[in-house]
Amino acid sequence: MARIRPRLAVWKFASCDGCQLSLLDCEDELLEIAGEVEIAQFLEATSASVEGPYDLSLVEGSVTTAHDAARIQEVRKQSRFLITIGACATAGGIQALRNFADVREYAAIVYARPDYIETLATSTAISDHVKVDFELRGCPISTRQLVETISAFLAGRKPQTPPHSVCVECKIAGNLCVMVGHGTPCLGPVTHAGCGALCPSYNRGCYGCYGPMETPNTPSLSVWLSRLGMDEDALRRVYRTFNANADAFREESERHDR
Amino acid sequence: MIVKTIKVDQLARVEGEGALKVVARDGVVQSAELNIFEPPRFFEAFLRDRMYSEAPDITARICGICPVAYQMSAIHAMENALGVVVDGPLRDLRRLLYCGEWIESHTLHIYMLHAPDFLGYAGAIEMARDHADIVRRGLDLKKAGNAIIALLGGREIHPINVRVGGFYRAPRRRELQPLAEELKRARDGALATVRWTAGFDFPDVERDYEFVALRGDGEYPLNQGRIVSSRGLDIAAAEYDEHFEESHVEHSTALHAHIKARGAYLTGPLARYALNAASLSPIAREAAREAGLGSVCANPFRSIIVRAVEVLYACDEALRIIDQYEEPDRPAVDLEPRAGVGFAATEAPRGMLYHRYQLHADGKIADARIVPPTSQNQPSIEEDLKIFATAWLNLPDDALRHRCEQTIRNHDPCISCATHFLRLDVDRGR
Ligand code: SF4
Ligand code: SF4
Repeated sequence: MARIRPRLAVWKFASCDGCQLSLLDCEDELLEIAGEVEIAQFLEATSASVEGPYDLSLVEGSVTTAHDAARIQEVRKQSRFLITIGACATAGGIQALRNFADVREYAAIVYARPDYIETLATSTAISDHVKVDFELRGCPISTRQLVETISAFLAGRKPQTPPHSVCVECKIAGNLCVMVGHGTPCLGPVTHAGCGALCPSYNRGCYGCYGPMETPNTPSLSVWLSRLGMDEDALRRVYRTFNANADAFREESERHDR
Repeated sequence: MIVKTIKVDQLARVEGEGALKVVARDGVVQSAELNIFEPPRFFEAFLRDRMYSEAPDITARICGICPVAYQMSAIHAMENALGVVVDGPLRDLRRLLYCGEWIESHTLHIYMLHAPDFLGYAGAIEMARDHADIVRRGLDLKKAGNAIIALLGGREIHPINVRVGGFYRAPRRRELQPLAEELKRARDGALATVRWTAGFDFPDVERDYEFVALRGDGEYPLNQGRIVSSRGLDIAAAEYDEHFEESHVEHSTALHAHIKARGAYLTGPLARYALNAASLSPIAREAAREAGLGSVCANPFRSIIVRAVEVLYACDEALRIIDQYEEPDRPAVDLEPRAGVGFAATEAPRGMLYHRYQLHADGKIADARIVPPTSQNQPSIEEDLKIFATAWLNLPDDALRHRCEQTIRNHDPCISCATHFLRLDVDRGR
């Protein structure tokens, strides 16, 4: 008799698909994961679909339409655990830039018939709509952390995803600090760890794709960044990218609004 | 007739919920309308007032399956606007990076999305139960593509190391050596993939497409080239807007791209192959011949073989670049912001991708236009459905739906996500 495996479902909202692709990018672990769980819903990988309830739902993407706002309620009802994957699902993603603008103006720039476009004025995180059991950060998430998170939930323990800043990862990697060493602006001091300090390892400043760390001191960082030559406009833009609607980044970007 | 409201983002990858409406009269399909639902994400709007240098990171987020294509198109268009040409080893590195994306994305399309259709599985994971070795080979191949992107780009999805003007850090020669070992194995896997896909059972259908692809100077096109077509078009990327237009069709708010003079056209592997087969490397050309492809392949179901040939080519080309690589003096060239307009088209795995940017004097973006392969191929996909579905009309709805989904997956891995739950609405007139 086949043993009963936990049911995994993967859901997509407004997103680029990159975070769910991270699961398919676990080339070495994919078949193993597929052996441990029953992949019950995963449109990017299979047209097979098993009805809920699901033990673990991975949710990618943000809520930008009334239809999706209703759909996430359904997903929540069907799921024992719900984990969001990526900056879209945890902070509204790049599409949350509309939250700072007039969405009708945006529609008029992109579409010849903006009146056809049905969309909400905002792009919001999944946790603004339903209870979320765990949020995995990154744009995209790291495959290593994804495997850790799935394993942790299967084992009934808490995932190990350290809350410190990218700076700590830089020290672990033995990188020379790009701000101190080269005068390159970097969001590392306020950005959540997880990528392994990728950008500084490639001689580039962090642009914050993992979103704010816990209790970041963004005002202080902005002082340093302006000393490195960033004007108000640049400061506003640097916090306003893939995690623009995460509280700490949104508030700091608004401090530099004209 | 049922009228539907459709919300489509012409910019984002087209995926999510898809609907297909087929209308037939007297056993002949009169129309096939593919509607794709995707919440708008408004990239062209929020690119305004960002610096030219931010475009590669931002546009990457349009698509997680082909971020390199978006980064490369944005970068080339910006360099065009700023009046610089990046050449030598930096150009080679970009080509290498793009090879990585072709290998990774094509392999995903072949093994995970398309082959299961031919062999009767719901997906690769189901297929692995009976064909573990084959799926393993696909995963290894995909991993080799991802290894290139991870090394050059820092990570597989949304690489961090590319910039307008070059790279943040250029790799050392010795860093590329381990890749070469992996790619030699991948090249064997790619050759096996061509042979494997060539043995599938293909519907005996052909179409008279106008193929559109880039054509380089004797090289198979990736980052650069003139835009050419099988009906005589031969233009620079800067002339794209004079010859192509996007329009609204009655049944959908999705923009469909057409050649102004003629109508629907097809980009992607079939088009690249038809217009550039002579520039493939000898090993890829030989594999194509052995697979019976001829100089043009007009059977869209056989695009899976052409895709496999392109993976083989990309492995081979990547090895050539690694072998000849000389470390550049500097990882990027200097740039000065200036007002201007820049154009570029590159070959995303699933077809041509066009970008145009207008810049203010301070380097901020005044206007952005991005035409993804999906909106270019959509009219041809609908024509495929219209022409082929007549023969399938007597099938039960489930089987008909599967055939239609497969027809869409011939061209686009992204739409195919949608077609996994394609809603089919057939009006047979009875
Ligand atoms: S968080 Fe980034 S990578 Fe993930 S789906 Fe959103 S845009 Fe894509
Ligand atoms: S932007 Fe920051 S968090 Fe993102 S990959 Fe770079 S260093 Fe890591």
